[in-house]
Amino acid sequence: MSVSNDADGPRDNGRASLLVAPGDDLGVSEGHEAGHGVLMMDGRLRATKHGRVNEKGGEVAIEPFRTAYIPRPSDMVIGYVEGCTNNIWFIDIGAPFNAILPMSLGPGKAAFGGTRSILDIGEAVLCRVQEVEETHSSVVTMKGLGLRKIRSGNIEQVDPHLLGRLIGKGGKALSQLKEDTGCRIIVADNGRVWVDGEFDSIITVRDRLQAMSDDAKSTGVDA
Amino acid sequence: MGGYGDVQMIDENGLRVDGRGPADLRPVSIETGVIPVADGSARVTWGSNHAVAAVYGPMEAHPRKIQRQDRAVLDVRYNMAPFSTTDRMRPGFNRRSREISKVTADALESVVLLEMYPRSKIRIEIEILTAEAGTRCVGLTAASVALAHAGIPMTDMVVSVASGKINDVVVCDLNKEEDNYGEADLPMGILPNTGELVFLQMDGDLSPAEFQEAWDYNMEAALVVHQIMVDALKGGDA
Repeated sequence: MSVSNDADGPRDNGRASLLVAPGDDLGVSEGHEAGHGVLMMDGRLRATKHGRVNEKGGEVAIEPFRTAYIPRPSDMVIGYVEGCTNNIWFIDIGAPFNAILPMSLGPGKAAFGGTRSILDIGEAVLCRVQEVEETHSSVVTMKGLGLRKIRSGNIEQVDPHLLGRLIGKGGKALSQLKEDTGCRIIVADNGRVWVDGEFDSIITVRDRLQAMSDDAKSTGVDA
Repeated sequence: MGGYGDVQMIDENGLRVDGRGPADLRPVSIETGVIPVADGSARVTWGSNHAVAAVYGPMEAHPRKIQRQDRAVLDVRYNMAPFSTTDRMRPGFNRRSREISKVTADALESVVLLEMYPRSKIRIEIEILTAEAGTRCVGLTAASVALAHAGIPMTDMVVSVASGKINDVVVCDLNKEEDNYGEADLPMGILPNTGELVFLQMDGDLSPAEFQEAWDYNMEAALVVHQIMVDALKGGDA
C-alpha cells in the first residue's frame, strides 16, 4: 500500500502537501469533515481523486491535478455556440453538458427561426449561468452588465481549479499580468480566459498561462 | 487454453519458460500523460504487452437514448492493433473485443463515482499495441490509471492480474506460451485498498485448492502492481 493505514493515516504525518491517488486512506474521519475529492467510508477518510491533500479548519480536501468544470448559478463563463433551434442556442461552456441560451435571454431579438443571424455556430459569447438543474442541465443568460458576444482577441483555457492562482489574493496576480502586458483580460469561471491586446502581448499572456499550468502539474513543485 | 498438457513448461527446478518462479510477475512499468489531447492517459508495459488507455470526458452523452438520468455512462472501447499479434488481427470490433469492453466497463463502474455526472458519458479507449497474453488485465489496469489521471473521482483503482495452471502447477501472470498451452487461466480485477473483487473470469478447470492458490497469487500481485500505479501517478507528469 502506498500510504499507511494506522489510526491517524498519512494526513498527520507532518507532510503538508501529500500526494494521493484514488482509494488512498487519509486516516480516521472523527473530528474531520470530508471536503472536495474525499469520501467518508467506514469511519475513515478516503481520497477519490488524484491530487494533493489540503487540510484547513478540520476539513480534509484534495486539490486535484485535473478537474472538469461543473457549472454553478451566477458563474460567469465563456462559451461557444454549438448549435441552435428556432429560438434556443446550445452553448458549450466546457461542462459535461451543453447549456441552453433561450432567445429571451440572448443578446437581441430575432424573428422566430432567425437565431443564426444573431449568434452563429462557432461564435464565442461571454455569459452568466442563470440556473443549474439537479441533472446538471444549465441555462445561461446574456442579460447583464458586460455580457456580450466576443468579437476580438483570443480565448485560452486553463484548468478551473487553477483560477485562484491566476487571479491571486484580491486579484493582485491578475492585475499584475494586465499591467505587465497591457492586455485586456477576462477570466471566466469555466477556465476560459479572454485576452485582447497587441499580438506580442497576447503571446506573452498565453506563455504565462501555459507556464502556470505546467508548474501546477509538475509533481513536487508548489501546486 | 490450448489444452496441450504434455508440453513441458516448468523445469526440474520449478522455473518457467521465461525463467520466472511460479509466483513471479513479468516486469511492469506505467507512464501517465502519454496522450496530451486526452483528459487522462496511461501507457502500461507488462512483459511484452503494451497498452495505451485514454480517457475523455465527462461529456454530453450521444445519442440521447444512452443517457441515464441519475448517473454517467462509461463508454469503453478495447481494441487490439492489427500489428499487435504475430498473425495479423483483422481491424475493427469483433466478438472478443466487444466482450472485453463490456467486462472492463462493468469492473470500472463499481469504482467510478458515476452519480456525480448524471446524463453524461466518460469515454475510455484502450488500444493494445503488442499482445502477449493477459491483455484484458493490462487494458483494465491502464484504464484505471488513465481515469485517475483524468481526475475522475473513484473509490479505488482497479488492478487486474491473472494466474493460471500449467503442467498441474499454479503460476502467477501467464505468458503467451503458458496461456496457449496451459490448463487454466483466472483473471481477476481487484480493489487493492479493500481487497474487494470487481471482475473474475475463469477459463479451464481448477480444483478448490488450486483456485485458492491462484486467488492468493493474484491478491499478492495486485498489491505490487498497485504500488507501481500509484508511483506512476505521483511521480509521473501528473
